[in-house]
Amino acid sequence: MSTKTKSSEADNGKLLFTSADWDFETLKATYDAIEDIAINELKLDVYPNQVEVITSEQMLDAYSSIGMPLMYHHWSFGKRFVRDDVMYRKGYQGLAYEIVINSNPCISYVMEENTIVMQALVMAHAAFGHNHFFKNNYLFKQWTDAEGILDYLQFAKGYIAKCEDRYGFDAVERVLDAAHALMEQGVNRYSHPEKPNLAVELERERERAKYEDETYNDLWRTLPQPDQGDQDMDELKRKMRIEERRAQFGLPEENLLYFLEKNAPSLQAWEREILRIVRNIGQYFYPQKQTKMMNEGCACYVHYAIMNSLYDRGRISEGAMMEFIDYHSRVVFQAEYDDPRYSGFNPYALGFAMMQDIHRICVDPTDEDRKWFPDIAGNNEPVETLKEAWAHYRDESFILQFLSPKLMRDMRMFMIDDQSTSPHLEVAAIHDDNGYRKVRRSLARMHDISVREPDMQVVDVDIRGNRQLYIQHTEHEGIRLEKAEAQMTLGYIGQLWGYGVTLQAVDYETGEILHEMNYTPEDLATS
Amino acid sequence: MPMLYIVDRRKNPTGKSLGNRQRFMRRAKAQIKKAVEDTIRSRGITDITSGDQITIPGKTLKEPGFHHAGRGGNRNYVLPGNKKFVQGDRIARPQGGDAGAGGSQASPDGDGEDDFQFTLTRDEFLDIFFEDLELPDLLKKSLKQTTAFRNARAGFSVEGTPANLSLVRTMRNSLARRIGLRRPKTTEVRELEEKIAALQAKAEKRPNGKLTKADEDSLHGLLADLEEAKRRMKAIPFIDPIDTRYNQFQQIPDPNTQAVMFCLMDVSGSMSEQMKELAKRFFMLLHLFLHRRYEHVEVVFIRHTSRAAEVDEETFFYSRETGGTIVSTALEEMKKVLKDRYPNDQWNIYAAQASDGDNYSNDGAKCTSLLAEDLLPKCQYYAYIEITDEREAEIFAAAEGETALWKAYAPLASHNPRFALKRVTKAADIFPVFRELFAKNRTEARL
Repeated sequence: MSTKTKSSEADNGKLLFTSADWDFETLKATYDAIEDIAINELKLDVYPNQVEVITSEQMLDAYSSIGMPLMYHHWSFGKRFVRDDVMYRKGYQGLAYEIVINSNPCISYVMEENTIVMQALVMAHAAFGHNHFFKNNYLFKQWTDAEGILDYLQFAKGYIAKCEDRYGFDAVERVLDAAHALMEQGVNRYSHPEKPNLAVELERERERAKYEDETYNDLWRTLPQPDQGDQDMDELKRKMRIEERRAQFGLPEENLLYFLEKNAPSLQAWEREILRIVRNIGQYFYPQKQTKMMNEGCACYVHYAIMNSLYDRGRISEGAMMEFIDYHSRVVFQAEYDDPRYSGFNPYALGFAMMQDIHRICVDPTDEDRKWFPDIAGNNEPVETLKEAWAHYRDESFILQFLSPKLMRDMRMFMIDDQSTSPHLEVAAIHDDNGYRKVRRSLARMHDISVREPDMQVVDVDIRGNRQLYIQHTEHEGIRLEKAEAQMTLGYIGQLWGYGVTLQAVDYETGEILHEMNYTPEDLATS
Repeated sequence: MPMLYIVDRRKNPTGKSLGNRQRFMRRAKAQIKKAVEDTIRSRGITDITSGDQITIPGKTLKEPGFHHAGRGGNRNYVLPGNKKFVQGDRIARPQGGDAGAGGSQASPDGDGEDDFQFTLTRDEFLDIFFEDLELPDLLKKSLKQTTAFRNARAGFSVEGTPANLSLVRTMRNSLARRIGLRRPKTTEVRELEEKIAALQAKAEKRPNGKLTKADEDSLHGLLADLEEAKRRMKAIPFIDPIDTRYNQFQQIPDPNTQAVMFCLMDVSGSMSEQMKELAKRFFMLLHLFLHRRYEHVEVVFIRHTSRAAEVDEETFFYSRETGGTIVSTALEEMKKVLKDRYPNDQWNIYAAQASDGDNYSNDGAKCTSLLAEDLLPKCQYYAYIEITDEREAEIFAAAEGETALWKAYAPLASHNPRFALKRVTKAADIFPVFRELFAKNRTEARL
């Protein structure tokens, strides 16, 4: 270690590159200089890196299959590809400079068109910023298996291709369409499962096929006949029946895909496996959705620190620094609410601003900061403090804990209260003493995935009658589901379930059923 | 300590999304087909060969899910960039009620209903174009192929594969270089060695084993020369990489001739839009076919009622004329254009005539003689397609009815192999005409 530091000190003042073009040697030298700063100065803890140089066309490929290097085939990826292709060729939209994959080794894609400054920025951002976050954040640790993801995707791709061969494109497409529609309802939000081991998954699939060959679903075979005495049965007994049933199916169940995989009566083994694949992939991405802002904030903070350090050490020229600042300021730009470019908070901008703000609180706090953040104000350990935060928070809790009054003032945040019964909107709070906590709570809720996404649960199955499946949407604050889409999605559930499905909207506070939506299978009469 | 691998993936096969694209095309097939048909309608005959951007409704490609509705209920949210608001201010709801976008609070999935625009490749476009023409696969393949090439000699180059090494050129360069750099020849070296050997032999013969002063000097001189010669030989190679020359070949498009295609059509009131659409399909296919076979294809449009005129494509398909129908006027016009612009020895001439079969009753004989004497001898192929309404076609079939033009042409077709006659009621009927065209041209193509 000491020799390395010595040699890197010796290199100080020596420019890594002088022109905009890059070759593999400069790329390697630049990487080494960045790594030296990331490991020895910031003391980041990262997976081994694999930097892959790709063309813009390959970037488009990767883009369309949700950023993964390999993915099973589905028309929706083709749709994304043709759309991005048109947008890119017409110049309406640039391509991402990089894509990074939460795997071990951590794979970052960089485009060959990038200048060397951009490559340096991208490596600092992805190969160290995101990489550190992936390896250390508790959500990723709990939910994802970085070791196994690529092997698992390989398996998924092969498995689905095999199903297409055996059962036809249409049959597989039907299951995938339905599964994709339920992908967001395919994770366990409140109780996290055992950390998945994807290598075990592969083995398990084989066992399931064997098991299903050997047995049949006892649950459905032994359906009790509806008994006439139903009406006479006293209240208590009936309730007990319901409880029994719920216990039998493990209800209520928030993971719709899991429920269907385990309990849908007429699905084939391969259809269940496809549901499981989509569920596993959905779960792999779940932490990314919950930490988007922090993850980008962390990566931006890291690249900013590294590029500045490179400049301070004399490894990059002033010109290169200007170029970097140009890219950087475009990435962390936040439009104001009345700007035509405004489309919500930019996770890069908010994330970077918060990280920089925490840095400031640690190093140079004001009295206000000392009052609000007694634990960290003036501790003079900005990177350690940030690393602690990166490891133990997600967007929602991070904002709730760390958003400072100063940042709220700087970004001039204000909170709108929108009651549908009222003819106008009301400014509920602004960036002042009365408002700080309200604004902060509201912003945190906006980043809470369980608030953003509807609260859906399987609540009951009528096993004694027509096998109707009951799904409940718990309506908070009268916010309904997008109706047309819900109807289509309900159709998909019905298709997997094979019998009627009822979607009930229930008020969160009163528990009263507000409205219902039904799906009846077309072939009910004939079956 | 983390390790780094830098991997160059640029050489990896691209088109990883091809499978996805194909699945997407399958999914949206009905919409794409409709969009392609619209494009064909609006497109010129001659630009069928490029791919095209098409737009299909986004609705069919919807990927639904359970999402919150964009409006309604009680919600609160934070915005950046406050300028003048204080707590308790009331803001008018962004205008638009239930129709317009909600200002800053536009729903995130608002673009879901937009039309979906993308570009078809040329092959995809042609596949869909061919679809209801019921072409056999072999023909589809040959139509989609671009020009064939043949290798022709094109001088010499300094780079190439060893198999193409031009020995004569290489040796010539080698020789020139060796002379230029004064590389000693092997024979010269041998001569030197012989002389040295002779002198040394002479020395051995002498009693003291030593040469005379003069001979001694010349021996030293010769030894020095030999050493120098050997050094030069070593330094200047017999064949140097700069000597090598390779035969170079160039890809020459083949065949390389020109054709003109005449489109003749009756545009009188009795031709409906659908009939013209069918005719257009036929002309397009013919053009595609000719384009494939000939480097350069010109198209001449002649329309007629009771008078005929050469017009541009737009007018040909889309403007209406009134009046009777005298087919011979069109044939006269074609004869005139042929004489003026397309001499028979320089052009391959193709003609396609589309009509509903009406003709002025006394005109039949004139048409026949024009065709038989002036036009058919010059044409590679002359196709007449008679377009009839599907319902009418049934009546005709029952009544054995024949149109005026058909009656006039039928005898001519029976003994002239370059003349084809077909009745077309739907797109699928078009191809048989081409089958004949292909079969014939295999044997008597004039390149």
